[in-house]
Amino acid sequence: MNFLVALVAGLLFGAGLLLSRMCDPERVLAFLDVAGAWDPALAFTMGGAVLVAVPAFHFVRKRHVDLLGAPTSLPDRFEITPRLIGGSAIFGIGWGLSGICPGPSLLLLTGGSVSSLVFVAAIVAGFFAARGFDVVTGRS
Amino acid sequence: MIGAGVAVLLLLDGRIAGISGILDHAVRGAFGSQRWRLAFLVGLVTPAAVYGLGAIRFAQGLPVLAIAGLLVGFGTRVGSGCTSGHGVCGIANGSLRSLLATLTFMASAAIVVFIVRHGSTA
Repeated sequence: MNFLVALVAGLLFGAGLLLSRMCDPERVLAFLDVAGAWDPALAFTMGGAVLVAVPAFHFVRKRHVDLLGAPTSLPDRFEITPRLIGGSAIFGIGWGLSGICPGPSLLLLTGGSVSSLVFVAAIVAGFFAARGFDVVTGRS
Repeated sequence: MIGAGVAVLLLLDGRIAGISGILDHAVRGAFGSQRWRLAFLVGLVTPAAVYGLGAIRFAQGLPVLAIAGLLVGFGTRVGSGCTSGHGVCGIANGSLRSLLATLTFMASAAIVVFIVRHGSTA
């Protein structure tokens, strides 16, 4: 059952990314280029997604279970840590260089280009590097 | 539609649609309890696979893409989320952590784009 739910959720998410052109690096960079010919469209895409998701989070927050009665796993962390800010800043550098974040990178894979393969392989390598970082800093 | 995807996963499965986290867990071992992650990822890429991407041009050559990908992978794990997990889910969840994370990666990305596009003329 949750296999099917996750598939449908992924379909909606992927269709949204495709229709909003969030998978087009040029479009994303135009959004990030606030000093150039700024294209605000993606701010509306993201804002719209947040607006639709807010009632769902509100509902689950209040009840602590999903619609099928199963317990939910919402993150409940509040500390603002150097890891959170530092990691996000590093992610932003990569995003600003490429115009690609993790979701769209997977959509780009379907085009079969070498560029997309290199990018996603590098993301996965970055995951492993982060795990190494966790070991070195004694976090895991 | 992105918001609807987030809502479906949360309301019917009680989970957060954070793509960097889903992908990280999925590449570590795609069996057992990981199955929902694979299903989500299959769904995610299906519309693009069926309808095509349209005209896509990569902004950078392979070496810069490789470096950028490394930074994206490393940064999203250390920072606990990307555009979907912090930017959409976290903010919708009213999380100050996610709001600050989102402002941080938007700011650093905008600074990088500014340097790349306008740095030589400044």
